[in-house]
Amino acid sequence: MAPDLYSFHVTWFKVVLALFGLVILVILLAPVLGSVPVSYNLRSIRARWTSTIVAVLGIAGTVGVFVAMLSLARGFEATLVASGSPGNALVMRAGSTSEMMGGITLDSIRVLQDAPGVARDSSGSPLITQDVLGVFPVPLISTGTDANVQVRGVSPNVLDVRKFIKITQGRMFQAGLSELVVGTNATKTYQGLTVGNKIDFGGGHWQIVGVFDAGGSAFDSEVWCDSRNLNQVLQRPPNIFQSATVHLSSADAFQEFKDTVVRDPRMNVDVWREIDYYAKQSTRMTTLITYLGGIVAAIMAIGAIFGALNTMYSAVAERGREIATLRALGFPSWNVTLSFLFEALMISLLGGVIGCLAVLRLNGITTNTMNFQTFSNVAFAFRITVDLLSWGIFFALVMGILGGLLPAIRAAIRPVAVALREL
Amino acid sequence: MKFARIIFANLLRKKVRLLLTIGSFAVALFLFVFLGVVRDAFNRGADVASADRLIVINRTSIINSIPLSYRDKILRIPGTKAITHNNWFGGTYIEEKNFFVQFVIDPENQRQVFPEFVVPDDQWNAFLKDRVGAVCGAKLADRFHWKIGDRIPIKNNMYDAKNSAWEFNLDGIYHGKQPKDDETQFWFQWDYLEERVSQGFKGQVGWYVLRVDNPDDAPRIAKAIDAEFANSPYETKTEAESAFAAGFVKQFGNIQTLILSIGSVVFFTLLLVTGNTMAISVRERTSELAVFKAIGYSDLTILFFVLAEALTIALIGGAVGMLLAASAIPGLAIALSGLLPSIVLAPSMLLFGLAAAILTGILSGIVPGLTAMRLRVVNALRRV
Amino acid sequence: MVKVDGNGGQSSLIQARDLDKTYRRGGEDIDVLQGLNLDVEAGEFVAFMGPSGSGKSTLLNLLGGLDVPTRGRITVAGDEITHMSGGRLTEWRARHVGFIFQMYNLIPVLTAFQNVELPLLLTKLSKAERRAHVETALGVVGLSDRMHHFPRQLSGGQEQRVTIARAFVSDPTFLLCDEPTGDLDRKSADDVMAIIEELVSKYHKTVLMVTHDPLVAARANSILHLEKGVLVEGRHSPQETAAGGVA
Repeated sequence: MAPDLYSFHVTWFKVVLALFGLVILVILLAPVLGSVPVSYNLRSIRARWTSTIVAVLGIAGTVGVFVAMLSLARGFEATLVASGSPGNALVMRAGSTSEMMGGITLDSIRVLQDAPGVARDSSGSPLITQDVLGVFPVPLISTGTDANVQVRGVSPNVLDVRKFIKITQGRMFQAGLSELVVGTNATKTYQGLTVGNKIDFGGGHWQIVGVFDAGGSAFDSEVWCDSRNLNQVLQRPPNIFQSATVHLSSADAFQEFKDTVVRDPRMNVDVWREIDYYAKQSTRMTTLITYLGGIVAAIMAIGAIFGALNTMYSAVAERGREIATLRALGFPSWNVTLSFLFEALMISLLGGVIGCLAVLRLNGITTNTMNFQTFSNVAFAFRITVDLLSWGIFFALVMGILGGLLPAIRAAIRPVAVALREL
Repeated sequence: MKFARIIFANLLRKKVRLLLTIGSFAVALFLFVFLGVVRDAFNRGADVASADRLIVINRTSIINSIPLSYRDKILRIPGTKAITHNNWFGGTYIEEKNFFVQFVIDPENQRQVFPEFVVPDDQWNAFLKDRVGAVCGAKLADRFHWKIGDRIPIKNNMYDAKNSAWEFNLDGIYHGKQPKDDETQFWFQWDYLEERVSQGFKGQVGWYVLRVDNPDDAPRIAKAIDAEFANSPYETKTEAESAFAAGFVKQFGNIQTLILSIGSVVFFTLLLVTGNTMAISVRERTSELAVFKAIGYSDLTILFFVLAEALTIALIGGAVGMLLAASAIPGLAIALSGLLPSIVLAPSMLLFGLAAAILTGILSGIVPGLTAMRLRVVNALRRV
Repeated sequence: MVKVDGNGGQSSLIQARDLDKTYRRGGEDIDVLQGLNLDVEAGEFVAFMGPSGSGKSTLLNLLGGLDVPTRGRITVAGDEITHMSGGRLTEWRARHVGFIFQMYNLIPVLTAFQNVELPLLLTKLSKAERRAHVETALGVVGLSDRMHHFPRQLSGGQEQRVTIARAFVSDPTFLLCDEPTGDLDRKSADDVMAIIEELVSKYHKTVLMVTHDPLVAARANSILHLEKGVLVEGRHSPQETAAGGVA
């Protein structure tokens, strides 16, 4: 989750979470600690199965929405972050907030080529790609209306710089020709981006010669060509690029590379670890989804807690005589309280599990959206991880406690005589 | 109504349960309205688009520019009323997360083409005379607590290699005529941009916005414009503002589906909760209902009692939910304005929420109501 | 006059002919009433007695239009109710019958006043008229000072008295009581019976009552025993005679 969200309340939040965790642990141990036997709870649940189902579903729905929205945000972030390699550095004009804004001259590229830490291929050439970026409208397969696809003009040796990218169909474009290779997601998202097809943009005809797999990163939604051809189409000066990506000899070489380049008086650039840059690119969208999802989940949680409260109160009311009898027999109040809390937790645990199972099917389903920061369309997938599911279950248990506490206390403090008299 | 006493007395039978059910209702309806508002915010562009406006962009790519010289040629096409041009500035105000939309505008024609944005004449005149003047929307001013006369620094390293801050004087604040109009934009003068950009960037606009005399004429004019500049280095693509905006919205993928899904989950769960509460309440009262029937209350009347109870809960809960929405959403709008501008609670949304509440009330009362209706006195009063 | 042989003639207010009622229970058919006949004239106070399960309540339910017989005919004040549709029957009940059950009579969330008012809400009377009737009825049963109490604030006997008030407030053709004193102590039972007797003697109401208590039954004008699905006359049941008289 975006770190900004909890900047003030991180410590407090952690303390509260830990407390809840402790309470949950204690309650889950209730049968061992000596609450009223679990069979009473099971029988009670069966007797009021409609109310129980309602509470379970309320919690399941809330957890489902919670996990789904967060996995959407995570998926978007993961897609972008996956675009970066730890061994690569991104260089852009100083102050650029994104590649689109950047500008690097060929002279600056030459300075980079001589900097320490730059990896070289077998023939000694530096592994650097100078990129040019554009967006072009192409109809979406899903709606038929245009979306902006990111076209990236790269250096012909780009596959040596971004080593995790592989051509899976056809071949790489030839330097200087009007040829394109398209990302795996781009093929699936836009009309006509298949090997062998010709498409028109920028007043030129382009031949699609290959498909590449970029490991589920943002690159998978892009279309690549030779940067010189793209500069022509965009009517930009031929020797100016928007960013340069450098493959470093090792991840540790980053600091030395950065220091050298930034201090060079001929250069006016920022140097990023590629991973850090892409993580930042995702923040606005991720934050938006997380905020919206958080608000929705919080509201639903309140509703779910009400549902749980309803169920638990009716449980307490219905078992009034039984409770009174138990207490008259000598079961201390806290046993009774613990028993009801245990029941509440069982119900919410079930709800949490159902909610998680229900949204599990979403994992891997792709959708696309426009990234505000780059103005282009990015395909990404729901990304449900084990820790996200654990948070979902924890969330369910917290709702269970909040919904079960008051009724459980009421069960314990109701005067025995009154309860016995009630029919 | 003479049965009101009976209905209310029944509702107040178990106060805690009543409060919880009303609470669930309030929460669900608040969520309904919130989701609806978010959906509207995403669709906003298409919503406020004017039928008599066209957008002209570079056909090759939306981020490519078009020459200023096209303006007069476009105006010569019959049926055009007024034209203005905008550039996207995309600068940073102090920090990246303070993002807001910045347009470079053509002040002379701005008000003719965008009559929905209203600026007091004295402020506008001050702006016209001020080379480094700026006008911003009321909501944007609220967000950063700007006042007329403040100096607003904005950096943009694309236009300024030194990435120095361009300082603007806030000369005016505009208001939208309708609540849903976007009041989060920041405008400054095209002449100033021209002055400061390097030679390679001069004389270029981002896009044109054009008003036509007759909306029915729009397709013809659009075609004429594109034909005029076909085969030139800067080919154009002209479409109605609503189509342009709708295209944007579609790029947000399955937002509608997502919102619909969540909305359905909420609605369904709510139905369950209230339906269950009604069912429990009916079950508890079997013998009483039997007495009513024995006295001579018809089956339909009993059904009516149950439905009325369900509806009362729904309406009270719904009203509370609407109140919550009306008070909380403006605050949420401000908090989210950097991420998703134009979150507005329209009165029609509240009406929609009310309708949803009524529908849910009836639906949740139907099944328990039918059970109560079909109850046979002899079975209910059978001595144990 | 009360007759059980089917020769009642035209003067009966309530008339049952050849009543059969069969239940299906546990896969078997149980014939509760078999060819039962009854004639009751206006102003009569009849007690029905019989062993448990003999069908006393069933008979009461049939006469009150809460159930339909398997065979036979029931006529009240000239209306044959056996073939009335559900809706008509409900309307008929509202106008002609007052019920007093053993328990669960009163709606706990309504006051005594509101409970008594219930039958009147089905009429076209104005609020003021309704209030007048309710106050009168509560006066007759001696509970004017407890009008605005809830049932949980009343004793068992008082609750039954409120029930009686409700049963006759809309001036029905006859009253049906099913074990009206079943749960009450001796004193309360006496109070309740005194009021019912007053309804008959002073206000000329027709009352049909089911009871297992011979002392209660003794206060009626006629006692009928339900045996083998039909009614038999006599102040004492054959069992009682065999046991050596009234307990």
